[in-house]
Amino acid sequence: MVEAKHGEARIAPDFLFSGPDAPEESDLYKCVHCGFCLQACPTYLETGLETESPRGRIALMKAVNEERIGMTDSVIRHWDLCIQCRACEVACPSGVPYGSLIEATMAQVERRRKPGALARFAENVSLNHVLPHQGRLKLLMSAAKAYQRSGAQSLVRKSGVLRRLAPSLADMEASMPRVSSTYFSAKGQTVEAEGEARARAAILSGCVMPLVNGPEMDAVVRVLARNGCEVVAPERQVCCGAIHSHVGYLDAARKMARRNIDVFSEAGVDAVVVASAGCGSRMKEYAHLLRDDPQYSEKARRFSDMVKDIHEFLVELPFVPPRAALDCRVTYQDSCHLANAQRITSAPRRILDSIPGMEFVELPNAGRCCGAGGTYTITEREFSLRVLNSKMDDFETTGADVLTTANPGCLMQLQYGIAERGLPAQVKYVTDLLDEAYRRERSG
Amino acid sequence: MTLDMNSIIPQLQAVVGAEYVIHKPEDLIVFEYDGSVDRALPTVVALPDSAEQVSECVKIAERSGLPIVARGAGTGLSGGAVAEHGGLVLAMTRMTRILEVDVENRVAIVEPGVVNLHLSEQVSKHGLYFAPDPSSQRACTIGGNVAENSGGPHCLAYGVTTNHVLGLEVVYADGGIEWVGGIHRESPGFDLRGIIIGSEGTLAIVTKIAVRLLRQPEAVKTLLAVFSELDDASAAVSGIIGAGIVPAAIEMMDELCISAAEAAVHAGYPEGAGAVLLVEVDGLAEAVEEEVAAVEEVCNLYDPLEIRTATDPVEREKLWSGRKGVLGALGRLAPNYLLVDGTVPRTRLVETLSRIKGISERTGYPIANLLHAGDGNLHPSVLFDERKPGDTEAALKIGGEILELCVEVGGVLSGEHGIGLEKQEYMPLMFTDADMDVMARLRPSFSTNNIFNPGKIFPTGASCSDIRQMAAAIQRAGPGAYV
Repeated sequence: MVEAKHGEARIAPDFLFSGPDAPEESDLYKCVHCGFCLQACPTYLETGLETESPRGRIALMKAVNEERIGMTDSVIRHWDLCIQCRACEVACPSGVPYGSLIEATMAQVERRRKPGALARFAENVSLNHVLPHQGRLKLLMSAAKAYQRSGAQSLVRKSGVLRRLAPSLADMEASMPRVSSTYFSAKGQTVEAEGEARARAAILSGCVMPLVNGPEMDAVVRVLARNGCEVVAPERQVCCGAIHSHVGYLDAARKMARRNIDVFSEAGVDAVVVASAGCGSRMKEYAHLLRDDPQYSEKARRFSDMVKDIHEFLVELPFVPPRAALDCRVTYQDSCHLANAQRITSAPRRILDSIPGMEFVELPNAGRCCGAGGTYTITEREFSLRVLNSKMDDFETTGADVLTTANPGCLMQLQYGIAERGLPAQVKYVTDLLDEAYRRERSG
Repeated sequence: MTLDMNSIIPQLQAVVGAEYVIHKPEDLIVFEYDGSVDRALPTVVALPDSAEQVSECVKIAERSGLPIVARGAGTGLSGGAVAEHGGLVLAMTRMTRILEVDVENRVAIVEPGVVNLHLSEQVSKHGLYFAPDPSSQRACTIGGNVAENSGGPHCLAYGVTTNHVLGLEVVYADGGIEWVGGIHRESPGFDLRGIIIGSEGTLAIVTKIAVRLLRQPEAVKTLLAVFSELDDASAAVSGIIGAGIVPAAIEMMDELCISAAEAAVHAGYPEGAGAVLLVEVDGLAEAVEEEVAAVEEVCNLYDPLEIRTATDPVEREKLWSGRKGVLGALGRLAPNYLLVDGTVPRTRLVETLSRIKGISERTGYPIANLLHAGDGNLHPSVLFDERKPGDTEAALKIGGEILELCVEVGGVLSGEHGIGLEKQEYMPLMFTDADMDVMARLRPSFSTNNIFNPGKIFPTGASCSDIRQMAAAIQRAGPGAYV
């Protein structure tokens, strides 16, 4: 039996928590290990293993904090396997802020990671040198579009050559989003409100979403305008930094946060509306991210208060219920960063309920993660697919022909799941359906 | 005996699969705790997927002289799943299948890892439910409920786990797989089922459970009464019982619990609330209305700040939400709590609570009280911080003092959480030498080498004789006297 008790076996400082981005002790010890989080955790539900549960992950953080163990590969593995869906936070009666604990832990892990692996290299390049620069990302996406539409993609997939040469690259290829026909660009444009203006809103364009969901972003703008909002898309805005925080690049996330705070604060708007749940949750928590930044902490707090999820914003307005009917059976998958991080579950359902003619069925375990989680689909592909599989089993029981959700990561993951099973269903944003109903209303 | 883990680990891996054997020192840390304050590192953990795999694991451990500790979700509050002497922890969290639901006979057969609430959710479409409802029912397993003979708010009217289990499939220490009891209400011979339930994993490992299901009541009404004083709430409980009313549940929380619960779930308790009573009545619709009116009448005698009732399931859930999450919510007040599970006669509630308050004032440790008040089951929770030197010891000492108090006023050591590690030293307060002797001799008739969950229930060490002396003093002094 080996137990590295404090003082017995010295743990190298590299393996311990250090610096400002360490999990807050006061938060760690709020966990009284009652176990209420277990049944909320997708990775625990898949494995039944305490090591893959929120309580277990916190116990490991406590053990590193107490210098009983170091951040070994095995310990890091359990944290890596966390999808960061934050369903445990909702289940926790003690109010443990798991999201900020795992975020700080991943920042610590980041220092320990071994460079070299292909996936690791790709992650670094894409997160730090591509995502923050919309121009570079667009260039890359255009190349991807050419690859997808020239027939090269189907050739590569059929031949299986990539799978044989570099399986991790093949995984990335398989989960590569389909680039949309048109892009959404934030060029400082203003879209006029229809009728009397009720509010002026800035829209977050984001990084991947405007390129893979360009038409869907246009729909969001149309829905806002239809409801009397003047919509601006400030030009110098950047990626929100959610994916960076997810894997521990907190300084990179802070840089982007500061830029966005400056840009949006100058836009003179009532609200910053965000159509992606992951980005919305990140931006609502800029205040926490920049809490130790004397120049930005106050600005960040004010900014975070202005951030509104699109569904939340529409319901608060309140939005105009569409008059035209849609003929479909629809269900809704809660996006984790909307339901768990922003605690918004009823607004998207109220929007769906408002559309005439549509039959809404509740998805069993709608609040359980689909396995997307930022780069999780790439870095933890096998596990991501296991979680997705349970989700697809639940979806099949609904008999719905449209599956709606509120976040681009979830949308792509669910589209992949549906395509894999060959189900006769479409995945859409809630706002897509609202937009469609409004457009039908107009056409007759 | 020296353990050859290099040989044991591969043997276990061959049975349950490599992914389901935990043996790295840093991984074992997550199996050192349950919901209580006790901690001990297991030597190795295996997650079997069937009775046959459990049997093989038991044989491997038996040959190696490794103690075996069964574990469910690890939500227990008495250290029952903590491997005090190391050994093999068998975590049952892969065995989560509901194998059979016989709607007509209202019986279900489940695996031990099935989460308590999941069973009720699964059978609700047939208008049935599983009655034992520990507050951790969203997370705890039915196997764990069997081990601890768990109760819950509704055991006031419906009884504890043993009243809802018809039969068990168990694995004995020699690896043999047998059924005790069955799916019928009566079975001839000794009631081995009854002996195993509540034995805290010391006699056998349960691999299947045949449970009784109850028909959902026609109507349910929940009443929430808020008082400014704890004494008034306690008196109201005595009043309700005294009036001959038997609600399905009577729960009580004190001021500290109220503030924690409010912060956690925003249950909407009024400002200045010193105690909250939750009373639930179920049955035929007409009877329910009458009984709730009677309960309300009694509560009104004790100066309530507010009385609310709800029949709608969502509203009822809201009234309950504060109570069901309160234990975990105590984490908002202090990093640790020691929950004491003593039970006292309902007529002594007021006195016991005021003496607990005295203990809190004297020692300076806050004690939050939540009670299954209807059956006198106290859950005073001593709040402390294990990181402060001496705090854990002080809390344990206070816990002991409260248990002595419970026994002294004519109560028992555990209402529903079991003895485990936490309360074993206090067993002689309740049981005579002859009682302890019978229990101690029963155990080897199941397993000669005490391979299952050693170090639980029965007191160990030198403090035993001190407690015996204390017990004798209490008995001499008679009930009601201070010691």
